[in-house]
Amino acid sequence: MADPMKIRARLAGDVADLRVLMAHPMETGQRKDARSGQPIPPHFIQKFSIALNGTHVLEAQTGMAVSRNPVFGFKLAGIKAGDKFTITWTDNHGETRSDETVVA
Amino acid sequence: MKPSSRKTGRRAQKLLRAGAAVAAALAVAGAGAGQPTAAETQAEIERYRAMLAEDNPAELYAARGEELWNTPRGPKQAALAGCDLGLGPGVVAGAYAQTPRWFADAGRVMDIEARLAWCMETLQGFSAADIAARPFGSEDHKSDMEALVAYVVTASRGYPIAPSQKLPQERAAYALGKSLFALRAGPYDFSCQTCHSQDGKRIRLQELPNLTRREDVRRAYTGWPAYRVSQGEFRTMQWRINDCFRQQRFPQPKYLSETVNALITYLAVEATGATYNGPAMKR
Amino acid sequence: MDELRRHILKSGGGAALALLLGAGLLRPTRVLAANWNAPAFESKDVAGALRGLGAGAAQAQASADLKLDAPEIAENGAVVPLEIVSKIPNTSAIAVLIEKNPQPLAGHFEFSGPLLPQVSLRVKMAETSMVRVLALAGGKYYSSSKEIKVTAGGCGG
Repeated sequence: MADPMKIRARLAGDVADLRVLMAHPMETGQRKDARSGQPIPPHFIQKFSIALNGTHVLEAQTGMAVSRNPVFGFKLAGIKAGDKFTITWTDNHGETRSDETVVA
Repeated sequence: MKPSSRKTGRRAQKLLRAGAAVAAALAVAGAGAGQPTAAETQAEIERYRAMLAEDNPAELYAARGEELWNTPRGPKQAALAGCDLGLGPGVVAGAYAQTPRWFADAGRVMDIEARLAWCMETLQGFSAADIAARPFGSEDHKSDMEALVAYVVTASRGYPIAPSQKLPQERAAYALGKSLFALRAGPYDFSCQTCHSQDGKRIRLQELPNLTRREDVRRAYTGWPAYRVSQGEFRTMQWRINDCFRQQRFPQPKYLSETVNALITYLAVEATGATYNGPAMKR
Repeated sequence: MDELRRHILKSGGGAALALLLGAGLLRPTRVLAANWNAPAFESKDVAGALRGLGAGAAQAQASADLKLDAPEIAENGAVVPLEIVSKIPNTSAIAVLIEKNPQPLAGHFEFSGPLLPQVSLRVKMAETSMVRVLALAGGKYYSSSKEIKVTAGGCGG
């Protein structure tokens, strides 16, 4: 079971600064285990989306080059308190995680 | 490639060649800054660090740690709400900043990690051997201890570092730590001081703090525990001291040993009065 | 981008997909994962990645309105912060490529609604490399590049 994301939405006027931290190993598949010498299989987030009040505003696809425990930042205009962001990721194992935050 | 990007690329390459040469020279000579290229290199490294400081994945560990703290676990199916980190059962805010300290119930001077282990053992019924088996996380193993430490130290952000030195046992731990800091041993005849007692020393681009100077101890101590960028993991002080031992080619210390606790006590006391600002992002 | 949409459409007709889902033969997450643009992301060179995205390198035009903000030197290649802002009107997508990585394409972001065409992210860089960002606006591609030097982490703790 994947750990929850940390989502922060800070409002300056009507522009929201949205920051997302995801807990994920983001294994590239290019490394070898130091002990066994066996290649460590790839395990990384391939897709994520952001929905604002249920409507998708971002569709992202990512490769193995995104750093471990990914951090993303976005900006949205016309945002007000009470707006809800839902963020959902899916990795190459088919595992998925969805978290949301309401703009304060 | 288009002209604008080619120009940027050339400028960067020129800067980098100069920067790398200067950094290499600095590493050899141990000299301070002064040359503009070194300053430019340093400025870019500072910008790199500033961009990373905006969001710290240590928050993910702290969130998991908070969950672990509140969840009934172990053979006794108890949460850690009854754990006394020094300020009373269940009090987390500011507790880390006052460690290491003497805990009468355990009869030991403990750092935060030793105290958490003690609570896991006595309240939750985990065995000491299980706790010590794999305390540090890796790609295939999430460490509960690292998450708990992340949670507890985050709750001390903004608190002054104030480990107690009232009791003779606490003063003894400090004195032991101070002498261990200077102890030369191992196949390289290294001590902590070999790397950490002069100004302006660095390994490649990493400055080595002069831990015999109070300002440097304060800066270092108030950032640890930290999220280690190169490993993609949150790391504790026990891990930090272990890694120094590894680099000195000392045998790996026993987890939560008196030796490591004493070294942490020494650093904590030297950092007294500084505001805890961690967990930081470290390379 | 168009190539990507075709790829998604090719991967399964809507009705057939609904049937499979209804029969419990596919978990929704698996279907989502299947949409990942493997040809672009698994390409070992920039040209292949651009082909996979449907963005030929030749037609991308350098633009000062597409800004890549990043330190010129990264202390550690495991985490290199990038901030990309497009001031090009009607920007609908941004792609990030690290030219010397084993698989150059790091990310592809499609914006809509009130989301401004900008993104910050952190990437792994295998070595010093040009980082190229691409924006799609009004059916045309624009690009901007910057070299980022990656220092060895050092043997110190």
